[in-house]
Amino acid sequence: MSVLEIKNIVKSFGGKTVLKDISLSVEKGEVVAIIGPSGSGKSTLLRCATLLEKMNGGTLSYGDLQVVTAGPDGKSIYADKDIIKQAKQRFGLVFQNFNLFPHRNVLQNIIDAPIKVQMRNRDEVTAEAMELLQKMDLADRGDAYPCELSGGQQQRVSIARALAMKPEVLFFDEPTSALDPELTQGVLRTIKALAELKMTMVIVTHEMAFARDVADRVVFMDQGFIVEEGAPEDVIGNPKSERTKAFLSIFKD
Amino acid sequence: MEISSILLQLLGGFGKSMGIYFLTLLFSLPLGMLVALGRMSKKPLVRGPIIFYISLMRGTPLMLQLIFVYYMPYALFGWTLSPGWRFYAVIIAFVINYAAYFAEIFRSGIQSVPTGQYEAADVLGYSRRQTFMGIILPQVIKRILPSVTNEIITLVKDTSLAFAIAYVEMFTIAKQIVARESNLVALIVAGLFYYVFNYAVAAVMNRFEKKLSYYKI
Ligand SMILES: Nc1ncnc2c1ncn2[C@@H]1O[C@H](COP(=O)(O)OP(=O)(O)OP(=O)(O)O)[C@@H](O)[C@H]1O
Ligand SMILES: [Mg+2]
Repeated sequence: MSVLEIKNIVKSFGGKTVLKDISLSVEKGEVVAIIGPSGSGKSTLLRCATLLEKMNGGTLSYGDLQVVTAGPDGKSIYADKDIIKQAKQRFGLVFQNFNLFPHRNVLQNIIDAPIKVQMRNRDEVTAEAMELLQKMDLADRGDAYPCELSGGQQQRVSIARALAMKPEVLFFDEPTSALDPELTQGVLRTIKALAELKMTMVIVTHEMAFARDVADRVVFMDQGFIVEEGAPEDVIGNPKSERTKAFLSIFKD
Repeated sequence: MEISSILLQLLGGFGKSMGIYFLTLLFSLPLGMLVALGRMSKKPLVRGPIIFYISLMRGTPLMLQLIFVYYMPYALFGWTLSPGWRFYAVIIAFVINYAAYFAEIFRSGIQSVPTGQYEAADVLGYSRRQTFMGIILPQVIKRILPSVTNEIITLVKDTSLAFAIAYVEMFTIAKQIVARESNLVALIVAGLFYYVFNYAVAAVMNRFEKKLSYYKI
């Protein structure tokens, strides 16, 4: 069974349809990279999948949890609160601009939700958080506040915060776009390490070399459609569609 | 009249002024939070009347509101106004007036927290209550502290408006003494009381701000 299954998503803002019939399923341990021009609907797709945005049509499920089903007219029907709550335990999201909680130090940022939302034991969660920080090269920054960290460090903390919830799939929306070039590599290395540990991930990115390197599958989106998808060697290395070629030509230099 | 006797009388009045001060804060701060939440409601039937209430409170003099509240039971029901009513009228007028000002401060504070904070909390599975109490409110408090300090310093001085309905707080007493004695000693002493108290208020608020300066937003 797929970890994530999206079928025929339609999403409009006002009269503008931003996602037009998008389907995507993600298997356990798979890393999917989503690429595409600005405004093509990549963020909107992640926001629908993470329930930050309500889709108008289509279905969404996480494993056996049917979060959004469709009526006979194809219109989305959301499951009740209880299912939604369970579904939120199955995914994590890493934002472009981190969204750490500024009034909490690094360790509190990581352990608070597992303790207060998942009702897990504080000592156990703290031990796991320390281990995560170790892996992120932040072992000695547990009591630092977000404002005292570089952007790259903040992003690694936000990845640790998402991982502490033990999600089945982790979404990233351009995790390095807000970072100075010299800081992106640290974050990309962290994500690559997660890929090697077979973490299921869906990553929106403009880093083509990185997508090619870590992704098992690349999805190219344009104007609310998936135009092309497949292995990175094909989609990035040898694209079929003219639109994909045009988009990728921007990155060749 | 001896200075010690003036002091003693003013001190009694100062107690009354402090009564107005702390009771007003006690009720208007939570009421202000409720008003702020209502002001941000998506329902026009909730939001509309609250917008009107706030603009009325901010658009008319507090002294007028005070006198209005004081005479209202008489004007509406023909009730005779007992002397004890003055105190309640003062508290009611001050609370509804200050709640409106606090509401606007709270609202701007709440709206200045980036939506990303709500979204991060949502994805982590926090309930709405947990999000507001644990993540939004602490940041709001830090953001609004300077404006709240301004407001509660103004409130110290505004307590003197209670003289308008002859409620005997410090300013009313000072005025009576000045009229009787034909010198300004009582007024100067009263001024000192206000000044010293406000100095203390500012110092306390300053300490709060320092305590919250361990992080930047
Ligand atoms: N809340 C919203 N209200 C109205 N329109 C929106 C909203 N969010 C996104 N859009 C529109 O939807 C379209 C797709 O936006 P989206 O952010 O999903 O694109 P994207 O592929 O993530 O682009 P980028 O690479 O710039 O991040 C854009 O035209 C955008 O203006
Ligand atoms: Mg985007």
